[in-house]
Amino acid sequence: MSTTLAHLPLRRPAQIEAVGGERAFRRRLLELGFLPGVAVQLIGVAPMGDPLEIEVRGCRFSLRRAEAEAIAVSSVESMAAK
Amino acid sequence: MSAAPARAAALPRVALAGNPNTGKTSLFNRLTGANARVGNYPGVTVEREIGRWSIDIGPVEVMDVPGAYSLAARSSEEQVAMRALFGLDGDVRPSAVILVVDATQLVRNLYFALQLIEAGVPLVIALNLMDVARSQGNPPDPVRVSDALGVPVVAVSANTGEGLAALGVAVSKVLARPDEGRARVTWRYPSAAERDVTRLVPLVTSADPTGAPPAEARALAIWALLSVEPGDELLDIPANVRREVATVRAAADAAGRDLDTEIIGARYRYLDGLGLARPPSTRITLTDRVDAWVLHPVFGLVSFLFVMGVLFQSLFAWSDPFIGAIEAAFAWLGDGTRAVLPPGILADFLVDGIINGFGSVLVFLPQILMLFAMLGFLEDSGYMARVAYLVDRGMKAVGLHGKAFVPMLSGYACAVPAIMATRTLERRRDRLLTMMVVPLMSCSARLPIYTLIIASLFPVDGRFLWIFPVQGSMMVFMYVFSTLMALLAAGVLGKTLLRGPKVPLLLELPPYRLPRASSVLRQMWLRAKMFVTEAGTVILGCTIALWFLLAFPRNVVFDKDYDSLRAGASDEVVEMLDAEQSAERLQKSYGGRLGKLIEPAIAPLGFDWKIGIGLVGAFAAREVFVSTMGVVYGIGADTDEESTPLRDRIRAEKHPDGSPIYTPLMGLSLMIFFALSAQCMSTLAVVKRESRSWRWPIFLFSYMTVLAWVVSFAVYQGGRALGFE
Repeated sequence: MSTTLAHLPLRRPAQIEAVGGERAFRRRLLELGFLPGVAVQLIGVAPMGDPLEIEVRGCRFSLRRAEAEAIAVSSVESMAAK
Repeated sequence: MSAAPARAAALPRVALAGNPNTGKTSLFNRLTGANARVGNYPGVTVEREIGRWSIDIGPVEVMDVPGAYSLAARSSEEQVAMRALFGLDGDVRPSAVILVVDATQLVRNLYFALQLIEAGVPLVIALNLMDVARSQGNPPDPVRVSDALGVPVVAVSANTGEGLAALGVAVSKVLARPDEGRARVTWRYPSAAERDVTRLVPLVTSADPTGAPPAEARALAIWALLSVEPGDELLDIPANVRREVATVRAAADAAGRDLDTEIIGARYRYLDGLGLARPPSTRITLTDRVDAWVLHPVFGLVSFLFVMGVLFQSLFAWSDPFIGAIEAAFAWLGDGTRAVLPPGILADFLVDGIINGFGSVLVFLPQILMLFAMLGFLEDSGYMARVAYLVDRGMKAVGLHGKAFVPMLSGYACAVPAIMATRTLERRRDRLLTMMVVPLMSCSARLPIYTLIIASLFPVDGRFLWIFPVQGSMMVFMYVFSTLMALLAAGVLGKTLLRGPKVPLLLELPPYRLPRASSVLRQMWLRAKMFVTEAGTVILGCTIALWFLLAFPRNVVFDKDYDSLRAGASDEVVEMLDAEQSAERLQKSYGGRLGKLIEPAIAPLGFDWKIGIGLVGAFAAREVFVSTMGVVYGIGADTDEESTPLRDRIRAEKHPDGSPIYTPLMGLSLMIFFALSAQCMSTLAVVKRESRSWRWPIFLFSYMTVLAWVVSFAVYQGGRALGFE
């Protein structure tokens, strides 16, 4: 199942497929290890619905929904089912 | 040139670099003790600390490089690390670099190391937080990391002091033989990317007159490919480099290649191939357990309100006894000085100018120390990142960064420490925007003015909408009004003058750590010292200038012959005559004339020239308005907002045509003027210090004064047109 990081159910193991977004911001994400093939999880949502808490390579980051929507992910269970 | 600075300049310089949240600053403090000098990186307003560290090879200079995840940059602020490490900012080039690496986040931290290795920079890796990594199990082995990367690696702990001597030995060796710090490992980029890099190398080399070594030229070419783009805010990028990067990137795009992923992906593939990553831990950490509460939709907000409540209480209430003690001490010093000196200009200058001036500076210290104690705790523990996370949604709406919440809240107590607290924000634009709106928050110095006006002019038993007491409602209104104006100003300034490129939120939520007392105390000491020596001198100078305005000229021609009136009069009459004479002296001082001079400008707001004098006096600090009005009205300088004679006098003041000066409408206009104007030299002095420029305090004063005038005018004249008074 392909979706975006913003739409992932909480704590569902997933894998990054592609990282989009404005160039400098996208570069910063890639440099933090948000690369295709890397495991990613949506850990939580801030009380007012935005931003999100994300885990990549054992580190926690906060991104806003708008930017997380530009990160395509596939959920790991559905890949195993394929 | 004397020998001492020449010797100091010849010390080898070692740069201390690393990701944020790696304990780099703690390590810097450990290495250099309390002797660091604080300055600026050349050409940018990014603070730089340099300290001395004695190691085997002798004393060296340690330069703290701003924390970064990578050398790649989009803004001049992000570029600081790269320019400092390669000596491109025109300053001394570091002879070696210590890269502080978080042992619990090894691979991501080593991404930065690869960029330094690639450039051939003599490097020593300090594997910090080893104590934490050990307690989590599977700590990285320094020998394996060193073998894998080919550079010296030393396990250290800034918390316990472990490994610092070994770090000194390793750095000494690399300084003596730089090649020991240069790795011979290589990794390949996809061949198309390698060709792109090769095209850029000759241009980068020619940009450096000394001729960069091949490894460094290659590293700078890769840096340029990743960083340079149309609209970036980078410094000193030659036009031909810009053109070539644009050409190369356009060609890559046209070929369907993603240059960024090619380069960054190759580095991570190399790192992942080293097999240094620790097996993913499924254990629930302490941070997970704390965050389950702290970031919870309900309990998270409750605990947030509690923490912010403690912070506010410390500024508003806990610092109060200390402020009172400082004020009492300076009052005692002033009285003592007057007791030993003959009355006259010298005593006045010493007491009202010098002693009062020092008091005006030191009185801020309790709040500054309290706030930096709180900030140190919030930042070092990791909670500050959670603050930004929790409030981002609301703050984003007015264009402020989430971390601006703490300075904004502190603004209700006092703008001076609040403006100093903007240094927790990384970007200059965010700092400036916060500094420009914090002074609109209703600080505690406005409270005496609100109290005096509301108590004098609004009925004590009046009701607003039948149930709400008028006096209380007015007070609440002033606070709500000032908060809304600050948020509105942030929205407007952020979209106009301080419009910047939209930078999406990307915030690390680091694991919680116990703050170290020495680190927090060091920040408190450093900030207090900086305030006293830099902002303090401006405040002292302004206090003396204000004293001069209000005390000169000395040879006033009085309307009455006070001396002969006093002769033989009763004590009571003498006291009245003294107060009357002080009032006349003040009215005829330069400041008094200034009050009359500005009367045409403030008359449309409902103010007369006597209030104009009060506005001049209030520049020392807003609450001084109350005691200045006490003198102007001949009641004496020892009046406060609770003073009944002052309230009676305010109600009795008349225009020449016999109508009362102080009406509820005029009182509202006056409170609004104080809420919005920048009547506070200390705020302006500290904005000058923190922005490192006179431009911003001048802008702050201008915009707030115009805003205050326009809104007061609209309220007063609009209210009159509607038939209020």
